[in-house]
Amino acid sequence: MVGVLEDKDRIFTNLYGFQDWGLAGAKQRGAWNATPDMLALGRDWVINQIKNSGLRGRGGAGFGTGLKWSFMPKEVKDRPHYLVVNADESEPGTCKDREIMRHDPHLLIEGCLIASFAMQAHACYIYIRGEYVREREVLEEAVKQAYEAKLIGKNNIHGWDFDLYIHHGGGAYICGEETALLESLEGKKGQPRLKPPFPAGAGLYGCPTTVNNVESIAVVGTILRRGADWFAGFGRPNNTGTKLMCVSGHVERPCNIEESMSIPLRQLLEDHCGGVRGGWGNLKAIIPGGSSVAMIPAEQCETALMDFDSLRDLKSGLGTAAVIVMDKSTDLIKAIARLSYFYKHESCGQCTPCREGTGWMWRVMERMATGEADMKEIDLLLDVASQVEGHTICALGDAAAWPIQGLFRHFRPEVEDRITRYRSGRPHVQGARLAAAE
Amino acid sequence: MSVRRLAKEQPADFTFSKDTLKTANWWLTKYPAERKQSAVLPILWLVQKQEGWVSEPAIRAVAEMLDMPVIRVLEVATFYTMIQLEPVGKVALIQVCGTTPCMLRGANDLMRVCKDKIGAKDKVSSDGALTWQEVECLGACANAPMAQINDYFYEDLTPESLGQIIDDFRAGKAPKAGSYAGRHSSEPAGRVTSLTDPALYDGSKAKAITLPNLPQAETA
Repeated sequence: MVGVLEDKDRIFTNLYGFQDWGLAGAKQRGAWNATPDMLALGRDWVINQIKNSGLRGRGGAGFGTGLKWSFMPKEVKDRPHYLVVNADESEPGTCKDREIMRHDPHLLIEGCLIASFAMQAHACYIYIRGEYVREREVLEEAVKQAYEAKLIGKNNIHGWDFDLYIHHGGGAYICGEETALLESLEGKKGQPRLKPPFPAGAGLYGCPTTVNNVESIAVVGTILRRGADWFAGFGRPNNTGTKLMCVSGHVERPCNIEESMSIPLRQLLEDHCGGVRGGWGNLKAIIPGGSSVAMIPAEQCETALMDFDSLRDLKSGLGTAAVIVMDKSTDLIKAIARLSYFYKHESCGQCTPCREGTGWMWRVMERMATGEADMKEIDLLLDVASQVEGHTICALGDAAAWPIQGLFRHFRPEVEDRITRYRSGRPHVQGARLAAAE
Repeated sequence: MSVRRLAKEQPADFTFSKDTLKTANWWLTKYPAERKQSAVLPILWLVQKQEGWVSEPAIRAVAEMLDMPVIRVLEVATFYTMIQLEPVGKVALIQVCGTTPCMLRGANDLMRVCKDKIGAKDKVSSDGALTWQEVECLGACANAPMAQINDYFYEDLTPESLGQIIDDFRAGKAPKAGSYAGRHSSEPAGRVTSLTDPALYDGSKAKAITLPNLPQAETA
């Protein structure tokens, strides 16, 4: 068998879009099946099932989804409750929510209804990144189908009045942060808010709000249909379930794939992606969870499992399970310098350590990539990185620091070597270059 | 942060087209009546669809439409990088993803092609037809390298295929979006390793079921 997960246990059965994404096709594949029965069992049942399934947020942080839902006020008072779905997928390496939205949109819509019911929300916004125009068109169409079939809307067949709206962003990575997303949804610059108050207390328009990733919401219907224990049966304890993984970079066949959590990283690459370009021996390093986590060198990739705990123990992270593979031909310093540019570009400018730090780190990284930097700047860079980390409102500062720290943790000699070689080609004797030029 | 300023040369005025107005009003129905401001990004994007870019008079018009102070709309327009603050090529705006996953698979070669065929980055080509930009991760990493041209994604590109696409746009054709390596979407090229079981699609999943873990079972 290829991989760990069998076809019968896959949730996203139209991941590649070979089937009909519309309502008829989705129903044929099991979406919207028994949804009224689920709602009839009540909110506590739904939340408990999700808690028991061990589902952890699929947007990167890995916070328990059921637990997050239970933070919402138990009673609706003067302010309405909202569910907001974070479809602002912009973490470099990640391209999974896109496939859900354009190929299996009804699983998402169904999940929105169930989650909103569980949190007593009558309205839900899906915040989709602006660049996903095609995905937005499909999703709008799918929502229209669901309204027409009376699956959602006022007086729908589920007996829970529910409106679903699609909103889009404007190409800002920071809007993937939940409070920045809410600011953006309110029509402002996407700058994260200080917490507390947490969104469950005061979120969208000051009302109790829960923000969940697309994948976390889209799996809910199937978990309830198949049972929490079914979902919890995949992966290691505390890391349960199935997960969409995105493999990019230097593999023979880059792809998205739904796999069981805790699948060995090497098996994932060799079974589904045709292995590393030029063979496993040609592997240099892997960024296992999207650009924000630290890379791990080839020898650690041998034993790493694709789950939260295994990768955390390697001082990296599962993040969004976006695996970026780099073979021996890769200039790692340049690759990380490009990521530093990304964070510099995407910093929202609110907190000084991040606004100034990301630009500074990028400039130093560029010089390290050419070798122009000074040897003692390595420690200075690490010092600055550690001072950006943890000193900002949101985690973008941390995310900018971690890839750099990861590079030096495992490949410091490579940077030192480059600086030395750059220097040895240019002796520091006054006038030496002038003389050579004459 | 990226520094973004309004264009030096601005048109005298701006009017919403009938279609833009209609769609803008449809967007406004999505938010509570007193929260019109929420629609600012979608409406700025509609303006951009209409004009190709967002001018200063347009920003004022949007502010008026949404009862917002002009500075708030200006803030939004300069913050979000999808909003073009300068005129772009009339035929196509080519945005090549340059972030690491695409870079690893040859985005720099794509940008070289753009430079050769169109000219400098962020500038309208001499014939006024095309503009190319380097943008940050567009979220199609399993189909790298890729570019967004006007609205849609062109994936699995090579310098040759991108060159051809640029030539086609210039010639007034509309090259199709999607993968240029013969892939359907993001499946492993040529060897799909999952979702091949026919039982997933024969309708057996749509049959009536009894939910597991019913409350009675739990209390028993």
